[in-house]
Amino acid sequence: MSRRSSTRRKALMTVLAWAVGLLLFFPILWTVLTSFKTEAVAIADPPVWFNFDWTLENYATVQERSNYGRHFWNSVVISVGSTLLGVIIAVPAAWAMAFVPGKRTRDVLMWMLSTKMLPPVGVLIPIYLIFRSLGLLDTRIGLVIVLMLINLPIIVWMLYTYFKEIPGEILEASRMDGAGLREEILYVLTPMAVPGIASTLLLNVILAWNEAFWTLNLTAAKAAPLTAFIASYSSPEGLFYAKLSAASTMAIAPIMILGWFSQKQLVRGLTFGAVK
Amino acid sequence: MATAHSKTAARLMISPAVLLLLGWMLVPLGMTIYFSLLRYNLLMPGMESFTGLDNYRYFLTDPAFYAAFKNTLLLVGGVLLITTIGGVLLALLLDQDFWGQGIVRILTIAPFFVMPTVSALVWKNMFMNPVNGLFAYLFQALGLEPFDWLGQAPLFSIVWMVSWTWLPFATLILLTALQSLDREQIEAAEMDGAGALARFFYITVPHLSRAATVVVLIETIFLLSVFAEILVTTNGGPGYASTNITYLVYAQSLLQFDVGGGAAGGIVAVVLANIVAIFLMRMIGKNLDA
Repeated sequence: MSRRSSTRRKALMTVLAWAVGLLLFFPILWTVLTSFKTEAVAIADPPVWFNFDWTLENYATVQERSNYGRHFWNSVVISVGSTLLGVIIAVPAAWAMAFVPGKRTRDVLMWMLSTKMLPPVGVLIPIYLIFRSLGLLDTRIGLVIVLMLINLPIIVWMLYTYFKEIPGEILEASRMDGAGLREEILYVLTPMAVPGIASTLLLNVILAWNEAFWTLNLTAAKAAPLTAFIASYSSPEGLFYAKLSAASTMAIAPIMILGWFSQKQLVRGLTFGAVK
Repeated sequence: MATAHSKTAARLMISPAVLLLLGWMLVPLGMTIYFSLLRYNLLMPGMESFTGLDNYRYFLTDPAFYAAFKNTLLLVGGVLLITTIGGVLLALLLDQDFWGQGIVRILTIAPFFVMPTVSALVWKNMFMNPVNGLFAYLFQALGLEPFDWLGQAPLFSIVWMVSWTWLPFATLILLTALQSLDREQIEAAEMDGAGALARFFYITVPHLSRAATVVVLIETIFLLSVFAEILVTTNGGPGYASTNITYLVYAQSLLQFDVGGGAAGGIVAVVLANIVAIFLMRMIGKNLDA
């Protein structure tokens, strides 16, 4: 292959790849652009691209009219809370399964995975009724518990695959040097496990942030996170594209930034270690 | 290396997670099975009575179930087809040498991070709306009649929205698998005179088939439970045209307050999901030993 034809090929691939990438990204770009328009400009025919008077009024209006900040904060509390709680419960379990595997470890892991495959509608009624009688409907603590439970299998699995990669010899060496279980965990394992735990936290915050079955069914006005708040735009009154766009942009921006940092972990976490 | 002492400690460390998941699975599922055998409507409290398998008979013979079953198959099948074929093509493209790889990768994966309600409402209003949507404008510019996507082709529109979310996922997984392909193997085949097509079908395809299977199985688990996209765009309509099983059970349970019928539907959904789950577990289980 000559040098020139390979450069030409690279140029062609560049055009193709950018075209596809921009096409997939376009709805997000269009949403962000629309969020800076006035409602009249947002539905202008023909569509206006960049050449308009950029305004921040939609962001202000969304906050004023619907207390956007509270729903944003609900999303933060629910996604971070459920993830932290899940990790606290999962770290000991994953540690034990990775370093003191028993005969049934494999079965336990597979069984945990199987709970993830339970379709949510299969338990919708009982959970709804239990929540109603315990007064947990439309509370953040209720959603923290449910999202922790549905993500717990993924958290255990991710941590397990990360812990598995820590060489066992290091543990043996530390035991020879007289380290007890406590020292072993604190001074040997924890430093090596931090990157894996961080990746697990990141991916699960993303999953919990975007979860849209339980958050829609178990909340009303008070504890609604952004998924449920945005859903309230499905029955609009009057002009609302620009406001919908502003609310949407704020809802997806933080998670998009986290997501870009976690592409690799995403593959591992969502395929339960089957693709690395 | 494990002592009896550490074994006991290990069991103690595992038990909170196991007990929680056991409770999460058994208690509500047991309740659902129990409710599914009752005549139980929240609008008529105190009127519960045992009806045996009547709820299942009503649910399974209801025309709505057939519509929902068909729609579920079309939705899952349609999205799987689009995302795996599109994902393979996209992964092959992104694996090429070109300028700006990092940025294009970021642009491509971005839709996966958009929450379902945002994605559905943006598509519904800003693209598919027959008056103000960009598609309507595009059709007009081409001299075509504007098309009411969600009114005329509701299921297709939902397949479209959901595919936009999952195509990046498939692409990312397949691209990761592609990049773990042994370059030396390809070069060796090239030296032995294998053409580009032969290399693709005899080396790349077998290598990707495992990752593709994982993509199909994991997407199926999530796609069986598509809910938010339907709730905020069509509410399952017109009629039952875009109702899937998940949405049907939701409507029966929380809109019609028919606990018994909804519970029977929920159990049917669990059985269907289990059929898929068995295959997925085998795949991942095999990998555990490797």
